[in-house]
Amino acid sequence: MSRYTSVTEQDLEQMLATIGVATVEDLFADIPPVLRLGRPLALDEGLSEQEVYGELRTLAARNVSTEDEVTFLGAGMYDHYIPALIDSIIMRSEFLTPYTPYQPEISQGGLQAMFEYQTAISELTGLPVSNGSVYEGPSAVAAAGYIAKHHNGRKRFVISRGVHPHAIETLQTLAVGYGMDVEIVELTDGVTKLPELDDQVSAVIVAQPNFLGAVEPLQEIAEAAHAAGALAVCSADPIPLGLLEAPGDQGIDVVVGEGQTLGNRLDFGGPSFGFFAVTQDLVRRLPGRIAGETRDMDGKRGFVLTLQTREQHIRREKATSNICTSQALNALAGVIYLSWLGRRGLVELGELLVQKTAYAREQLASLSGVSLSHTQPVVREFPIRIEGGVDKAIAHCKAQGINPGYRLSDDELLVAITEQRTRAQIDSLVAAVKEALV
Amino acid sequence: MSATEVKRTLSFTQAADDEKTIYQRSKPGRRAFTPPPLDVPERPLDELLPASLRRSEAARLPEVSEPEIVRHYNRLSKRNFDLDTGFYPLGSCTMKHNPKLHERVAALPGHAKLHPFQDPADAQGALELMWRLQYALGEISGLPHVSLQPSAGSHGELAGVLLTRAYHEDRGQHRTKVLTPDTAHGTNPATVTMAGYEVVKVGTDADGNVDIEDLRAKATDDVACLMLTNPSTLGLFEPQIKEIAEIVHSVGATLYYDGANLNAIMGICRPGDMGFDIVHFNLHKSFTQPHGGGGPGSGPIAVSDRIEPYLPRPQVVRRPGTGGDVGGVSSRPPTPNRSTNGEQWSYDLDYDRPKSIGRLRGFQGNFGVFVRSYAYIRSLGAGGLKEASEVAVLNANYLLAKLRQEGVLEYLPAAYDRLCMHEFVLSGAPMKRELGIKTLDLAKRLLDHGVHPPTVYFPLLVEEALLVEPTETETRETLDDFAAMVAEVLREAKEDPEIARNAPYTTPVRRLDEAGAARNPVLRQQL
Repeated sequence: MSRYTSVTEQDLEQMLATIGVATVEDLFADIPPVLRLGRPLALDEGLSEQEVYGELRTLAARNVSTEDEVTFLGAGMYDHYIPALIDSIIMRSEFLTPYTPYQPEISQGGLQAMFEYQTAISELTGLPVSNGSVYEGPSAVAAAGYIAKHHNGRKRFVISRGVHPHAIETLQTLAVGYGMDVEIVELTDGVTKLPELDDQVSAVIVAQPNFLGAVEPLQEIAEAAHAAGALAVCSADPIPLGLLEAPGDQGIDVVVGEGQTLGNRLDFGGPSFGFFAVTQDLVRRLPGRIAGETRDMDGKRGFVLTLQTREQHIRREKATSNICTSQALNALAGVIYLSWLGRRGLVELGELLVQKTAYAREQLASLSGVSLSHTQPVVREFPIRIEGGVDKAIAHCKAQGINPGYRLSDDELLVAITEQRTRAQIDSLVAAVKEALV
Repeated sequence: MSATEVKRTLSFTQAADDEKTIYQRSKPGRRAFTPPPLDVPERPLDELLPASLRRSEAARLPEVSEPEIVRHYNRLSKRNFDLDTGFYPLGSCTMKHNPKLHERVAALPGHAKLHPFQDPADAQGALELMWRLQYALGEISGLPHVSLQPSAGSHGELAGVLLTRAYHEDRGQHRTKVLTPDTAHGTNPATVTMAGYEVVKVGTDADGNVDIEDLRAKATDDVACLMLTNPSTLGLFEPQIKEIAEIVHSVGATLYYDGANLNAIMGICRPGDMGFDIVHFNLHKSFTQPHGGGGPGSGPIAVSDRIEPYLPRPQVVRRPGTGGDVGGVSSRPPTPNRSTNGEQWSYDLDYDRPKSIGRLRGFQGNFGVFVRSYAYIRSLGAGGLKEASEVAVLNANYLLAKLRQEGVLEYLPAAYDRLCMHEFVLSGAPMKRELGIKTLDLAKRLLDHGVHPPTVYFPLLVEEALLVEPTETETRETLDDFAAMVAEVLREAKEDPEIARNAPYTTPVRRLDEAGAARNPVLRQQL
């Protein structure tokens, strides 16, 4: 008997008798003998809990985490501080172990949290409606494309090179199924300059700030998209949105993004969550779960999953998406994080990032052999140019316990600053890059 | 007993008033966050980020202190029912115990604080864990090539159908249809549409199996794939699976395995041996990732040799050589591996896959889920996985027999009167006709008994369906209690059906107006 099952010898005997079969084997009579495996799986036998812990600990120790080095890596996921209260709440069994809230009367905690989360996302994005979460950032971009396809029936997505490369590639993968073409617009001076848009453009997709950290002129982009009859879609980074004008207020129709920075671990890339907000017009095309407010039969306020006629379990082949399980627990961490920061805290954090990032950018750019790839305003990330020297800089920094950033190419490095990076750490990065280039 | 005298068995917090939202607790000036000090020279913000780019008004997030946040969400948590508290026989969802060790190992800093763009040479433990999980899933499914990238079952399905498309198109074949049984999960047809195919439904015969003649008629050479769940969503093993595979393969189509029901067959038989080409796993079902109230999940896929070239990229690969020496496939300088591990292997992410369908998402997948599922597979081992499936099937058949013994099947007959696998379907049609309560009423009344009801109204082809999946981690006593509870609800309904029709009574809120919620959507707090 494994430690997770509890059938004793006596139980087994009585259970088989109740069923009316002689052996467990008899329960599998429908499986043709020729299909039986007939041997044990070629996997090791089970281990005690402490042995499993030991093995996992050994594996974990072979990774260099953000605790083991000073990291300036970002490029889509960032080393922000996660307050202790998040774990204390999301590790509660009542949030950790239920399924999707199909029975709302016993799921009010999760449903209300989802409603609160939707409110926070609506505030950040400047759009009236958010869903309860999608998988993560890049696939959210592709899901936004699916909305556009059905909204206007056009054939082509125009996506900025400033959108995360994983999002561009994900859109390309899914566009094959959608029957859509993908056109990529290169950046000019670090930001998106749209070409002439024709009447086959379904959606224009940009990022805010973009992959190179620059703040995009969203209003101009939204106007150009709308003038051509296309939807304007923006993949946004939620912490900078605390400072930047809300995309929805600049005319963007669909705002999606990666939610990791909102209280979620790096976890080598997942699980995190994707957020997804739209204008009122597009509500019935949203993918995934949405919590809505209602009343119970005694008149008490309650929450339910709503507008379910969009979803796969009701609409099947006509659904707005195939998504079922999404990222409820990660979105819960997101709304707790935003409540922790609070209205003023989100702005203060954003301002802190702008100041620290400006300092790091200035210090690095002052080095001989280093220049800025663009001079657009940034919030917490920026690329630098080190002609032919990026690998050398990375190697030299790594030897000193510093991870200097994301390697864009032989010549360019993307540096991210979070509130966890101190001036002393930034100075040591600058010193290490300087030494590398001597 | 009247509707007002119902027994109270739950211990939910029942506030007399509406539970406030976090926004309704907000008061200007309160805060939980103390920013770290600004330790660089401060510059005027307008110089760095012009006012024209900034918000004029801050996002209206709540203003609350730490104790308020903690109390608020702890209060909310008590308004949830959860698997750690009670029985959760939600069919098709495999609500098995989530071992506590898994949270501990997932939280190790080497896992939780590992950046996804870390140099592979500095992420050898994570890549090795992923490689080992791939290997294990390949062995369990009998399909050796695994991608861990998809984020959930439906995402795995989408990967699978896009793989099918890539496979056919690589052969110059343009196919237009995908077959799904009428019993399929809703995700199957929704996926087919997203992948650009037309859905063609295949019928079910009187025994609950795929209607072979219908399949034969519809398996034409414009069919790209048949998506099948085996055991089916009716909880029945498809005994003609070999013949089905032959029919599908004879027209050049692929056979896709929806792994939602894999918990019935681990170590007993394998989709690859049945003739499936592609399978997805739900790590949040068979492999114990906690469901989190609707995710995160993870939906790895395993495929046969002929599909392998099209797998998403990057792929985790293992290469001979000591740690850190990535054998010339990377332009990055080798970094010394910091472990003293003696294995002569190194692990890397392989992007060089010219026929790949590409990425389905960012980074490498839901790694935190991989850690938990890998820990589970190591805890159980080959024998334990098989035992898990055996006991899952034993528990399901026992519960069905127990319900029969209790007289429940008189009103809720099994949709198909044969041995089931890990779950079974009852039909509430006679109950509705004779006792005047619907399956929904039964489910709502069960809430008052302190259990989560089974899945209701799925599969669609069974009238008033109730899909029951007890899982292997429940005790016999729990199953006995549940059978008695269902019998009690029926007995009570015979006396007074109004009790069930108005249930639940003991929950934080009572039956909710779902139609009203959809008619006048209120989807955020008005501020």
